[in-house]
Amino acid sequence: MAGVVAVVLGLLLLLGSPGGSTGPPRDSLREELLLSPLPSGDLAATFQFRARWDSELHREGVSHYRLFPKALGQLISKFLVRELHLSLTQGFWRTRTWGQPYLQAPAGAELWVWFQDSVTDVDKAWKELSNILSGTFCASLNFIDSTNTVTPTASFKPLGLANVTDHHLLRYAVLPREVVCTENLTPWKKLLPCGSKAGLAVLLKAERLFHTSYHSQAVHIRPICRDASCLSVSWELRQTLTVVFDAFSIGQGKRDWSLFKMFSRTVTEACPLASESKIYVDISSKTQENELLEVTPLPLSVHEASVQGDRRTYAVYDLLSPSLFNVSRSLNVQLKWKRPQDSLDLSTPVLHAQRYVSGYGLQTGEISTLIYNTHPYRAFPVILLETVPWYLRLYVHTLVITTKGKENKPSYIHYQPAQDRRRPHLLEMLIQLPANSVTKITIQFERALLKWTEYTPDPNHGFYVSPSVLSALVPSVIAMKPEDAEQSPLFTSLFPSSDGSSYFVRLYTEPLLVNLPTPDFSMPYNVICLTCTVVAVCYGSFYNLLTRTFHVEEPSSGGLAKRLANIIRKVRGVPPL
Amino acid sequence: MAAALPAPRWLPTVAAALLWACCGSAVTDGIQDQAEQFFRSGHTNNWAVLVCTSRFWFNYRHVANTLSVYRSVKRLGIPDSHIVLMLADDMACNPRNPKPATVFSHKNMELNVYGDDVEVDYRSYEVTVENFLRVLTGRIPPSTPRSKRLLSDDRSNILIYMTGHGGNGFLKFQDSEEITNVELADAFEQMWQKRRYNELLFIIDTCQGASMYERFYSPNIMALASSQVGEDSLSHQPDLGIGVHLMDRYTFYVLEFLEEIHPASQTNMNDLFQVCPRSLCVSTPGHRTDLFQRDPQNVLITDFFGSVRKVEITTQTIPLDPNLVGLETRAPNDEMAAEPLKYAEQLPVAQIIHQKPKQKDWHPPGGFILGLWALIIMVFFKTYGIKHMKYIF
Repeated sequence: MAGVVAVVLGLLLLLGSPGGSTGPPRDSLREELLLSPLPSGDLAATFQFRARWDSELHREGVSHYRLFPKALGQLISKFLVRELHLSLTQGFWRTRTWGQPYLQAPAGAELWVWFQDSVTDVDKAWKELSNILSGTFCASLNFIDSTNTVTPTASFKPLGLANVTDHHLLRYAVLPREVVCTENLTPWKKLLPCGSKAGLAVLLKAERLFHTSYHSQAVHIRPICRDASCLSVSWELRQTLTVVFDAFSIGQGKRDWSLFKMFSRTVTEACPLASESKIYVDISSKTQENELLEVTPLPLSVHEASVQGDRRTYAVYDLLSPSLFNVSRSLNVQLKWKRPQDSLDLSTPVLHAQRYVSGYGLQTGEISTLIYNTHPYRAFPVILLETVPWYLRLYVHTLVITTKGKENKPSYIHYQPAQDRRRPHLLEMLIQLPANSVTKITIQFERALLKWTEYTPDPNHGFYVSPSVLSALVPSVIAMKPEDAEQSPLFTSLFPSSDGSSYFVRLYTEPLLVNLPTPDFSMPYNVICLTCTVVAVCYGSFYNLLTRTFHVEEPSSGGLAKRLANIIRKVRGVPPL
Repeated sequence: MAAALPAPRWLPTVAAALLWACCGSAVTDGIQDQAEQFFRSGHTNNWAVLVCTSRFWFNYRHVANTLSVYRSVKRLGIPDSHIVLMLADDMACNPRNPKPATVFSHKNMELNVYGDDVEVDYRSYEVTVENFLRVLTGRIPPSTPRSKRLLSDDRSNILIYMTGHGGNGFLKFQDSEEITNVELADAFEQMWQKRRYNELLFIIDTCQGASMYERFYSPNIMALASSQVGEDSLSHQPDLGIGVHLMDRYTFYVLEFLEEIHPASQTNMNDLFQVCPRSLCVSTPGHRTDLFQRDPQNVLITDFFGSVRKVEITTQTIPLDPNLVGLETRAPNDEMAAEPLKYAEQLPVAQIIHQKPKQKDWHPPGGFILGLWALIIMVFFKTYGIKHMKYIF
């Protein structure tokens, strides 16, 4: 009887499950590490972990999470998020010496979110979302409120699938003062399916990752096409981590790198849950001679890709191929330079920018932004987004944009003035950059006096102005063919490419540190003492002068007996002695 | 056949006496067990609130103090979800730290108390008196994440450790505000009234730390301080490579003491009271146990620094089927779009230029301005006479 029941149940199970097996898996994980030597001798390492889930997260009743982390999946369905991009960065990407970044992030914390159009109160959802994320990533994202949130109108278009781009569903905030340390890396690592136990994530040790010139970790969630026909939606979670190792502090002056030297670890296996796990090393050479970079162990294959308008060659190590670990159980990729140091050419990137504060004193100042277009013959437009806190009062009538000595009028300006203690300034401009030119944008400001409770505990450090954002479609030197997102490496498919003649780049300038007129907080005690002393001395003297009366007094003569006798005589009414 | 001897008269009484003796011993054993149970703490979970209140690089030692207690508490079993760690400044990734992502407690960089999996709940500017009191009393805004809440109940043993700069009756938070001993005592009373703790251990390592526990009046609180009123707590040793003092003396010796403790050790609180004699600490550590119901002799260190784990032992075997895959039932078919979806254009120049800004401001109609000026001119001429008219037109 029980046996029959068991058989019947078994049959039902078999029939119930589709096709007798589970069918194709609905989520997948790809991990990748890209090592690119930079023109200045440093080395940039970019980790990317991409979990892709062929499911509709906004549907009710999603409860079985496998590779996609549950913490983020629940956030997306609860707050009806369409896209979420959060980055935590320490340091600054020096575009002029290091070249164009794949994905740059501003110093501090940056969060921008596109909500679904069914959200009724976007500001409330934004506030709650930033609070929850502050707990998830151990960052002070709860300081994001209306004084540092803006709604850009032309920048930050969605990076994923989008049919409606109403900008009132977008919110953007930057916290330039945010510190990034191990406590932010720990929850980031916990979101990975293999944790930091297997695969490329074993290289992520905090002591080495923070001893770098630039450290940026980010989380990107967006909907993407499920297949080439693009009729249904999958959700993609990309976790990226970019570090730049300094040639002098880590490399001890030599330009030879290896995985062990950088991370103090080597790779022993791929993550068992990953469908693809690869290490790419950029071995492209600028000149047509033989490579100047020698990579050991010898790579099994070489991949050519057109990235950022340039044709580049990559050595590929596939951790899932069994022949890779034949010789030794651990993989330690080593890079050696064949040619001496000074024969490297430093090509300047096509677009780079710089920003600084000028002026003197604590009342006024001027913010200047310099944008360089080094392309020899092509001009292209760039959108500049500036967010300035309310306590630096911008004077828009002093906004001057000059290129090659002549005035350059932007094709589109959106300016939203600040409201004290409520809203920051937002300035968005679309500027045409002529070929081979420098564009200078200056605007003057006045510093406001804050209330004494609004100062931070260390006000003499200064106040930060968040980095400005430059978004541009840079024309590329070669024609790039759009590659299939699934077959190409992850670092080529960060931004959706529209056509082959230009590529999209988003650059950030430096954050600015501005001193506001700060009261001396040790003064109240001194002031009270001084004031009380002055008041006591002055007022006391005046009071005495005004109210003191003088009267003549008889000198007393005689001793005690005479005084007693005078008293008795006074009582009797007789004149004294 | 021998006649059955009649049972002697005294047999039942002896039997009864023997039985009573046996039961009696069993009963006294039971009473002893119950009595011992009384001396054991009745807590079911452990929480820790570790606070460092000092900012700036030269207060490195306060962060190292807090992190060493964090490390011990985590090692002895309290999970991160039950620890609220508040650090007022970031020392590990401070630009002045020659070894980034590390905080050392012993000179020559022997022990990195920062570790590789630290989770700080309240960072830098978030460490304020208000946030601290809100964490203790549970009066937190609704959207605060779980990791920032103290979700204790009436069976929780809580360890509260505070360090920083203090004085007689106050503790300084971040060089800009203070918390007084009266506020702290009232906060603990709120916790008691809301039944947010079973027993509480309060440790403070500041100058004149004993003044902070003078005003406590809620039951089940035990307090330790590193120095008496009028004394300063001194720091331990500087490291010449880092350039600052690494730890305070009291916490240094407490850390050395805790390194000997393991989750099953039976060391009690009296040993913790003796951990730093005057010869080592220069100041006189103090403690207060009059509000605590149990004898400190019977209180284990792991009652506060370790964690209770609820373990159920079962002898029933549960078979795991290795072929059981695909728990997902056949997923409902996701909606297919009618036509292919596309990605948004990143920089649609034409669309941006022709985007009209929203006219939210109300502009008065032009006629209003004209009418206003006409009124002003009429009033002017009525007042001063019509003769001015010819000079206008």
